[in-house]
Amino acid sequence: MEDTREMLYAEALVGALRHQLATDDRVHIMGLYFLGLTPHRQMVAELRDEYLDRFYYPPIAELGYVGTAIGAAMAGLRPIVDIATASFMFEAFPQIINEAANTYYMSGGRTAVPMIFHFNHGVRGGGAAQHSHSPQAMLWNTPGLEIMAPSTPRDVKGLVKTAAASDNPTAWVDHVRLFDTSGPVPDDEDFAIPFGVADIKRAGSDVTLFASSWLVQRALEAAELLEQQGIDAEVVDPRTLSPLDEEAIIESVAKTGRLVVVDECHRRCGVGAEIMAVVTENAFGDLRAAPIRVTTADVPVPFSPPLEEHIEPTTDKIVAAALEVTGH
Amino acid sequence: MTPDLPEDQLVDLLRRMLVIRRFEESLIKLAGDFDIGHFHVYIGQESTGVPALAQLQEGDLAFTTHRNHGHLLARGTDPAAMVAEILGKATGTNNGKGGTLHIASPEHGFPTTSAVTGGCTPLATGAAFAFSRRKVDRVSVCLFGDGALEEGSYHESINIAALEALPVIYLCENNSLEALGQKANEYPSSTMAAAPLTDLAASFKVPTITVDGTDTGAVHGAMAEAIDRARSGGGPTFVEALTVRWPGNRPLWPQLATGVTDLTYAWDEGAIPQDHSKWHGAQDGVLRYTRELVTAGLVTTGDVLALDGEVSTQIEDAVQFALDSPYPDPESAFEGVYA
Repeated sequence: MEDTREMLYAEALVGALRHQLATDDRVHIMGLYFLGLTPHRQMVAELRDEYLDRFYYPPIAELGYVGTAIGAAMAGLRPIVDIATASFMFEAFPQIINEAANTYYMSGGRTAVPMIFHFNHGVRGGGAAQHSHSPQAMLWNTPGLEIMAPSTPRDVKGLVKTAAASDNPTAWVDHVRLFDTSGPVPDDEDFAIPFGVADIKRAGSDVTLFASSWLVQRALEAAELLEQQGIDAEVVDPRTLSPLDEEAIIESVAKTGRLVVVDECHRRCGVGAEIMAVVTENAFGDLRAAPIRVTTADVPVPFSPPLEEHIEPTTDKIVAAALEVTGH
Repeated sequence: MTPDLPEDQLVDLLRRMLVIRRFEESLIKLAGDFDIGHFHVYIGQESTGVPALAQLQEGDLAFTTHRNHGHLLARGTDPAAMVAEILGKATGTNNGKGGTLHIASPEHGFPTTSAVTGGCTPLATGAAFAFSRRKVDRVSVCLFGDGALEEGSYHESINIAALEALPVIYLCENNSLEALGQKANEYPSSTMAAAPLTDLAASFKVPTITVDGTDTGAVHGAMAEAIDRARSGGGPTFVEALTVRWPGNRPLWPQLATGVTDLTYAWDEGAIPQDHSKWHGAQDGVLRYTRELVTAGLVTTGDVLALDGEVSTQIEDAVQFALDSPYPDPESAFEGVYA
């Protein structure tokens, strides 16, 4: 039995950064908005004060400073660069997509880009169209990037450890709504979660709920509500999209025969669309009903709270989809 | 003028320039027989890249652009592996994964070539950031044409370099002088309201030097000053080298518009043909440097022709090596996406 301590996601995140700074002097951190504008950001400020010469607070120039981090990764550092709100990542796309993701392959394996891009994605409440993006599907359409999406304090610790050891550029898909969640975190400093290994966050036999990042929490909430109606839902969290543990998803569907894919990307060509493709290509015979996607609608994210709630993948919508796919 | 260097090093600079010139000329001929995609040659800029990059030391890094061949060769990258890469062969510098646009040679200080205009400016700045943070005595050189100044990445990068006093040299090879540009429906030239281009560095309080890019000694001196500033903690420098666009670079696809370079033009003015007499007589930096060395008595015309013969043989061998090399196994396309 491993020793664990209960803590907030935000604490586990800062702890993971602190561990990397303490154990690898090649790690330098750019940007300070890992915890968004939440009160928890004070923990990042304290960490900066502990490691002043390892932090860099850049100009408002995502293209410039993210590219600077990429160049630094080619010259001996292992930068962890924070892009704050995911929507700002588009300012840096030329460097992320065209340089970081391509360099190892197009150099014939001669130059690696060992670094992490952190950003907070998704609907955070009142973010409107320009602060609510979930760009993970766009990133996933880019060979060369690893993509991790922790959903618990335990996972953020273990995944950061693996990302920091990786020689590949890794996108760290994060969500401000996770910061106040809590859970047990292993004390072991060497605790790491390998990439490409999904986690069954809740075992069940009637329906598979696929979800990642913050939506794992909603899927778990939906599973509790479904249980009250006699439906036993399994929640599959891939933990990393690239690489993807296809086998775990297929195995779960083979067991349940029914699939609801929960995804905060827009519907068209979202993460959910890819999961549907993987399952229908590989486990069509196991499906006992057409799978259903619960995603953000194909509209820019609106500001007004009732509009926003109407287009995002809420717990109620997950429950409704699970009832439909199980024939209730 | 000739750089302030010992004689053997002066001749070595000439040798490197000739490697580039003969490499690019061979490539243009080769492109008639092979579909190597769009490519860009460095003819006319040898007298900038060679003296600028010859001064780098082991561990220094340079980040170049789509017009990268000359920079890589100036630092000693194997021409055979480069031609092989340009032909997509397994023996290429990048095992055929990159082609002309992405030649990498980390052991010569080129981690990657970004062929997107403005792609290299943050990367070079980042390498300097790493050197600064690692407290190592190294410099980073950012090589780009005047067109890259139109991209926002340049402005964001030099701001960071200036604020952090990073050891980086922004070497802008302005090859739009005498370029006819889009008006003539030829290969586009730069489109920039700011003039002179050094204003785009001076506004960030970065020291600037403007130099005649066909003057090997002047380029050498300017880069020596910039590198010294970077190594001594003085931060970035912006060097603008004014080069003349070679007439063969005016069409979309390079053509040997001025013929294969005849080095006797360097000392036999009467041999220069009427067509492109300005190019051969004044604007070609390789001929100019050769002329300077011969006039100063540092080399004989016989030395020059002998050196050129050696270089030409080396390039012929490089081309033959590339032609004889196998293509990569198609399955290797699936390898090396991740480290």
